[in-house]
Amino acid sequence: MTTRTETGAQPGTEPEASAAPGTPEGRRRLLAGTGTLIRFALRRDRIRLPVWIAALLMASFTTLGKLEGLYADAADQAALAKTMDSPAALAMTGPRHYLEDGYGIGAMLSHQVIGFYVVLAGLMSVLIVVRHTRAEEETGRAELLRSTVVGRHAALTAALTVAVIANLALAALLSVSLGGSGAAGLTWEGSLLYGAVFGGVGIVFAAVASVTVQITEHARGASGMAVGVIGLAYVLRAAGDVGDGTLSWLSPIGWAQRSYPFVDNLWWPLLLMLAVCAVTGGAGYVLSGRRDVGAGLRRPRPGRRVASGALMRPFGFALRLHRGMLIGFGCGVFLLGTMYGSILSDVDDMLKNVDMVDETFTAAGGVNFVESFASVVMIVNAVVAAVYVVIAAGRPRAEESAGRAEPLLATGLSKVRWLWSHLAVALLGGTVTLLLAGLGFGIAGAASTGDRDLLLSLTGAALAYAPALWVTLGVAAVLFGWLPRATAAAWLVPVYAFLVGYLGKILQFPDWMNNVSPFGHVPQLPAKEMDWTPMLLLTAIAAGLLALGLAGFRRRDLETK
Amino acid sequence: MDTATTAISVSGLVKTFGRTRALDGLDLSVDTGEVHGFLGPNGAGKSTTIRVLLGLLRADAGTARLLGHHPWDDAVALHRRLAYVPGDVELWPALTGGEAIDLLARLRGGIDASRRDELIERFGLDPTKKGRTYSKGNRQKVAIIAALASDAELLLLDEPTAGLDPLMEVVFQDVIFQAKAAGKTVLLSSHILAQVEKLCDRVSIIRLGKIVQSGTLSEMRHLTRTTIEAETARPVSGLDALPGVHDVRSDEGRVHFAVDGAHLDEAVRHLSGLGIRSLTSHPPTLEELMLRHYGDELAAHNGAGGAA
Repeated sequence: MTTRTETGAQPGTEPEASAAPGTPEGRRRLLAGTGTLIRFALRRDRIRLPVWIAALLMASFTTLGKLEGLYADAADQAALAKTMDSPAALAMTGPRHYLEDGYGIGAMLSHQVIGFYVVLAGLMSVLIVVRHTRAEEETGRAELLRSTVVGRHAALTAALTVAVIANLALAALLSVSLGGSGAAGLTWEGSLLYGAVFGGVGIVFAAVASVTVQITEHARGASGMAVGVIGLAYVLRAAGDVGDGTLSWLSPIGWAQRSYPFVDNLWWPLLLMLAVCAVTGGAGYVLSGRRDVGAGLRRPRPGRRVASGALMRPFGFALRLHRGMLIGFGCGVFLLGTMYGSILSDVDDMLKNVDMVDETFTAAGGVNFVESFASVVMIVNAVVAAVYVVIAAGRPRAEESAGRAEPLLATGLSKVRWLWSHLAVALLGGTVTLLLAGLGFGIAGAASTGDRDLLLSLTGAALAYAPALWVTLGVAAVLFGWLPRATAAAWLVPVYAFLVGYLGKILQFPDWMNNVSPFGHVPQLPAKEMDWTPMLLLTAIAAGLLALGLAGFRRRDLETK
Repeated sequence: MDTATTAISVSGLVKTFGRTRALDGLDLSVDTGEVHGFLGPNGAGKSTTIRVLLGLLRADAGTARLLGHHPWDDAVALHRRLAYVPGDVELWPALTGGEAIDLLARLRGGIDASRRDELIERFGLDPTKKGRTYSKGNRQKVAIIAALASDAELLLLDEPTAGLDPLMEVVFQDVIFQAKAAGKTVLLSSHILAQVEKLCDRVSIIRLGKIVQSGTLSEMRHLTRTTIEAETARPVSGLDALPGVHDVRSDEGRVHFAVDGAHLDEAVRHLSGLGIRSLTSHPPTLEELMLRHYGDELAAHNGAGGAA
């Protein structure tokens, strides 16, 4: 019989074991190694971060340059303010208040840039935090690091610190360069606030990511969730800015816009951001302290002993790998569509309050507010679907470089069939995503306006983008087949389509810039007439690109580890 | 070339990656029904050879025939007749091990469910766990089970037991013997020499993308030195003068030397003339065979280490 006297907390044992997390000693232990990890992370990101920050600075400055060139005098500014006073334009930019008191260069800049580019600052933060926390855990590198003298909260703290450093640098550079630019109406106070809201929103989404990285075991899932939150924040502000503004106050992006830099210069919305950071960041730490390294919050469950019949066919197998992403995007775009659809009645109301429809606006292609608003929403939906397609088309590359394609291609499955199974899922998945976006928009639009015809016309308008989507997939397939290391360059297609389709109208890009994008050739339903010629051409181009991509993959070596 | 008796025949194979010449005129021949050991250190070109045989890489020069077919042009048809186990198995994180086994085996052309269940049982694998939760050894088991549960006539195994525990190593050797008894051909790339000595009929040693030696173990032993330790009645003399005898050391009636396989007979005859009291001979181990081809590299390493 053995007696165990050594177990349990004995009174009078050495203080080392009893240093509670709350004490300074305990904190030091939880954060041990943070400084080294911060330097390490900055070293790893020494190119990435400056590129992000430079790109975001450039974004503000190129817009500023364009605005100064196009709308220098008061008459032009007034004309632009009138054009912008439509639901479609407000949903794309920001609250109407910017238009009310003379639409100067400062007001234009804040109105047109903040809502859109703080999204990118948020994205930068999310990617930083995920990259240095969950991605490290997923690869197993974190385990190696944590076996050294590194505290439980060191990795999260280091990741957040790097995100904060990046956002503060962005804020400072924006403030100083705008304040010192000498452009008309860009006051120092406005410039400081302008920089601060960029940094503020960026840090808020870093805090959001600190929570999402605790929830799932996968870096991709953690980024996806955080980006979903950014998307929700964007849609809330768009809906709020078209409606009475209530929804905008639920969104950090709305707070940034409603601090009105260069107009009212309100500083207190930054306090809201600070409060959200404290709460979500705190939640991230609490969750992080409660889980195992490498684990998510949900316990893994045992799965199937044997494979189902569908799984053993190439298409079924590919579908299984894409399933989570497809469901996520499908639900996301359906909600996005519904959200836009539900503000269609506000758009309708706005029409009734405006005495006359502005000429420039009619010339811009709108028959009425509802239809022109709808065509802008279609572009957004199509770009989101294109993002899905690019992610899905990146899957075979991920499988190849992770070494998971090799054993499959050593079976009776041919290279072409393997790649085609992934491309087919992306093709169908992208089309379904478009359909769901259009359905959500149509159902909610028909319900909110009482116009039942909208259901069919809006769904159809969304589907008109399908051929452009297939071309996007074709571009990704060609890259994968011929330049596998450059597969990620397919991202340029949706990013370019978004910049041109969304900002091109305000910034008056030349026509050729629109023509380069496959999305530029799609008839902008429902505002414009259907035209089948570009649709058939795009479909033929897509088919050619897909065949070319498959042929390239067929003849090249598989990249192995 | 007789396709009925030659499962793999490769000659003059060249594969370059940029400036690296991974395969540099490799020749390899594996007979039908044999277990062929493919030996060499990391980076010698073992995996590249196997991937060329799988049609995953296209050779820059040379010819390769697998079961009488071209590995790149007839890849898919060949893949129905062979099974492959990579040295570093990656699984789909969200798929269970059982699903991965079924998927791989079914895509290969079919699965023998009872054989699969038997292998799962023997290797002690829990097929209901998700891919991401498996350890290295368990991931290897998934690929081994998938390969052996299908009815492939040729097994290409690239360091298949890396990460497997010694008990599982025994199970693995047993199932390879079974596969051999069933008439399957096995190309076993490995650097576990004990495994190769136990399982393989013939061995090829690869160095810097070339086969430097190929044959049965006994043929190879014949080509290398055997170590002899003997105690004789009369003091040993004249041994150094014999051909093929090296490193003679003697003290107090005991003699210790190495002799080339071809001259073993003369050396022993010389000793017996001196009245042998005891005699031990050590055939060259596979390590020594390997060292014969890699000894200079090792010496260079040690030299560099000493200089640093």
